Amino acid sequence: MWQEVRLTVTKNITLFINNQWQDAVSGKTFPTINPATGEVICQVAEADEADVDKAVKAAHNAFRLGSPWRRMDASHRGLLLNRLADAIERDSTYLAELETLDNGKPYAVAYTVDLPNVVKCLRYYAGWADKWEGKTIPIDGDYFCYTRHEPIGVCGQIIPWNFPLLMQAWKLGPALATGNTVVMKVAEQTPLTALYVASLIKEVGFPEGVVNILPGMGPSAGAAIAKHMDVDKVAFTGSTEVGHLIQQASGSSNLKKVTLELGGKSPNIILSDANMEDAVEQSHFALFFNQGQCCCAGSRTYVQADIYDEFVERSVERAKRRVVGNPFDLKTEQGPQVDQEQFNKILGYISSGKREGAKLMCGGGVAADRGYFIQPTVFGDVQDNMTIAREEIFGPVMQILKFKSLEEVVTRANDTKYGLAAAVFTKDIDKANYVSNGLRAGTVWINCYDVFGAQAPFGGYKASGNGRELGEYGLDNYTEVKTVTIKVPQKNS
Amino acid sequence: MNSQPDNDHQQQSDNGCNHQIPNQNHKSEHGDRPGMQALPMPVPDPPIQYTKLFISNEWHESCSGRKIPVYNPATGELLCEVEEADAEDVEKAVRSARAAFQMGSPWRSMDASDRGHLLNRLADLVERDRLLLATLEALDSGKVFLMAYFVDLMATIKTLRYYGGWADKIHGKTIPVGDGQRYCHYFTYTRHEPIGVCGQIIPWNFPLMMFAWKIAPALCCGNTVVIKPAEQTPLSALHMAALIKEAGFPPGVVNVVPGYGQTAGCAISHHMDIDKVAFTGSTAVGKLIQKAAGDSNLKRVTLELGGKNPNIVFADCDLEYAVEQAHSGLFFNQGQCCLAGSRVFVEEPIYEEFVRRSVERARSKVLGNPLLPGVDQGPQIDQKQFNKIMELIESGKREGATLECGGSPWGQQGLFIQPTVFSNVTDDMRIAKEEIFGPVQQIMCFRSVHEVIQRANATHYGLAAGVFTNDIDKALTVSSALQAGMVWVNCYNAMSAQCPFGGFKMSGNGRELGEYALQEYTEVKAVTIKISQKNS
Repeated sequence: MWQEVRLTVTKNITLFINNQWQDAVSGKTFPTINPATGEVICQVAEADEADVDKAVKAAHNAFRLGSPWRRMDASHRGLLLNRLADAIERDSTYLAELETLDNGKPYAVAYTVDLPNVVKCLRYYAGWADKWEGKTIPIDGDYFCYTRHEPIGVCGQIIPWNFPLLMQAWKLGPALATGNTVVMKVAEQTPLTALYVASLIKEVGFPEGVVNILPGMGPSAGAAIAKHMDVDKVAFTGSTEVGHLIQQASGSSNLKKVTLELGGKSPNIILSDANMEDAVEQSHFALFFNQGQCCCAGSRTYVQADIYDEFVERSVERAKRRVVGNPFDLKTEQGPQVDQEQFNKILGYISSGKREGAKLMCGGGVAADRGYFIQPTVFGDVQDNMTIAREEIFGPVMQILKFKSLEEVVTRANDTKYGLAAAVFTKDIDKANYVSNGLRAGTVWINCYDVFGAQAPFGGYKASGNGRELGEYGLDNYTEVKTVTIKVPQKNS
Repeated sequence: MNSQPDNDHQQQSDNGCNHQIPNQNHKSEHGDRPGMQALPMPVPDPPIQYTKLFISNEWHESCSGRKIPVYNPATGELLCEVEEADAEDVEKAVRSARAAFQMGSPWRSMDASDRGHLLNRLADLVERDRLLLATLEALDSGKVFLMAYFVDLMATIKTLRYYGGWADKIHGKTIPVGDGQRYCHYFTYTRHEPIGVCGQIIPWNFPLMMFAWKIAPALCCGNTVVIKPAEQTPLSALHMAALIKEAGFPPGVVNVVPGYGQTAGCAISHHMDIDKVAFTGSTAVGKLIQKAAGDSNLKRVTLELGGKNPNIVFADCDLEYAVEQAHSGLFFNQGQCCLAGSRVFVEEPIYEEFVRRSVERARSKVLGNPLLPGVDQGPQIDQKQFNKIMELIESGKREGATLECGGSPWGQQGLFIQPTVFSNVTDDMRIAKEEIFGPVQQIMCFRSVHEVIQRANATHYGLAAGVFTNDIDKALTVSSALQAGMVWVNCYNAMSAQCPFGGFKMSGNGRELGEYALQEYTEVKAVTIKISQKNS
């Protein structure tokens, strides 16, 4: 029945500032494309520096002392986040359709993975709002000392196109739970769901200016946020290359706090004692999930020598079975890549793999005559120095490498500028502990992959990022700690 | 129990609660509140649907066939009869709670976030039935309907939501252990596990709110519960039982067994298969509970007991405000609060004026049917309490305190007592030492900070205390020195789900509310795994 879906967006979509819908100051718009067909869905207002300015003013005003948002009980901030979760849950069918239309991810995945996790993330942070406790501290001398956990202020948040709704929730949840205000730039490829959520933010009763949402381009709107003198904090999820620019912009403007969630080239290590069937399936999922468009994709699959051949054979078999097609078809496992640029880049990496001597086991080509579909691709005999083993491909291209000893694989796994995620498959408790302790990565999965919970922190070592999202740790990145010290006549324990 | 109007009335216009509770002193912060709206009205002739024991999500008659008569204390009329739980029924309830706690049970294998979601859903249902619950509470306990609606119900909803949020945030730790041996390496982590079957025994002064204070942290940590509401006030708890089932809690997770202390309560505290007991009530019974735990299986015990709370008013305070706060600090809920500020220490220069104004304030109180608008004091809970209060009033007169106003029963029917103020109270009088639990205010005079600290602490209780002063040094000195679990500075009864509550000394053991309460409902398990090589 979902093949029948013809979701249409009839009106043009505008910017969300101060709980109002506004055209861009420049009057400019850009088209957002359905990646399954290449057709234009609708026009979207294009935010630029002037719009960022307006949004920052609104967010700043919402954050002034004595504003409704600043005076609100923390528990009520939590209640608003819970209401937002309820509204998203209510509209999750529509939102999942819209996400699929704009992003190309299979509807079945959008509905069963993205949406429930959005709702859970918001509910999780709703609960934190009145539990983010300062301390009283027994300092030396006749003083009474306590800390207040205060919001940082206006937070710029720049989010990517691979999980548009989920990244929005990851960003909004902790920022709003802790009482900040937000200027969010959504990716130009996928602005639609975030702006629908904007309407829900207004509906559930967040005060004006608390959340402002701007679709726009990185070099204009994104850059304006990163260098803005009145933005107190910026959080960015995207490429490591742009992460460098964000950090630089902070340094050359007001030293705004920066958290970054960047790229990865995550090792997935299969030891010979692992359950083969499970490891093959999990490794397939680890790489191909979301068309391979995951920063934590397990894109270096290290397999121990004695099971290497069988593992490759089974992985190829699994990749060949992968159903690529109309993302609204419930049988579809893989939709199109998000846009022409990504599509071209991935095909370029596949060429480089072949050129540099990796063994193309299956796929390698375009999968449809329109839209940005790429065949599930598996490379065997991949060497660590090949481009496909070093750079983030962000597409359905799996690299399988061979190793002999634990010490060797830990060294090789860590030999990258990235450090986002990693996994190890083994039944041996000692090996599991040895490898998981030795890996330089912010997330390590043992006998599983891509297991996310709003409760568990996520973020990168090294050039994969800075700071952590999710979990209690995520609150740190949205908090200023104020130490208050009061002179007392006489201290007593 | 917060007698302050809830701060988020202004934000919850959908609940129709944008109005000022009588006798409140919230000033500028509510300046932008919309104008008065229609006050909520009690449900006329509310249906009493639930009168049986709630075990395994089903309604049971008592094994003995006995029933508890439930009265309206404002009129003395019989409201209904409720099944009376005894040891045999407690046994059934414990078996049901134990079964719900088995490894692999739906409750044990549920995601923590889903436990939180169930608590949030329960809060939604309480919000839906708010008018009915407030009406039942006012009928059954005699408390003023609007107070039940705004204070008790709001606190109940907020407590459930607050602990709904904690369920998936109760973190264990990973711990860098080492035993100094070069070749022995370990990895250690802690799991915060539920304790198991929790017996909970709650009082009649805030029936619904105490129910929420007890079940919310217990359930959020993953325990199962056998809860005994007070025999005087079982109705709201039984309605909650129905909502618990409706919200989707698995059978056996919460079991509600109304009954008497000497039978059902005693069976809970002695039970060999109850892992923890939490009790709120008198200090005398608290001792019995602790002994029963010692006599039986060393079950964990938390106690929330009596108080004789000092409320200290310095001459430099805002007098009008302090008089009002001291008044509501004592008279709130007909004086039936463990927190009641029942020893008001007033600094000498303002003593006479303070007494004069307090008497004037007490005289302005409107007694009557607690369901009627405009009434701000209902009846005491039952004849026993009524007699005890009257006896203590007599002792005050006999021992030489000055009766400034009140001192007698009020009205033609029901268990009403006039708002009563004693001045010239000295520390050795019974009314200065014993918990009265009624509308009887004691006002004492003091001269120095040092003196008042000594006198305030000279009690075996240590639940709450208040201090009114504009001097930051006095405020910090006195609040540090007072032996009490809660100290309020320039406010009284300011409570919230986020803030821990409990007593020093014989006022109790452990803390309810806030993050602290989670400790009372968790066992910490340290898991240590041998590993081949440790690295930082």
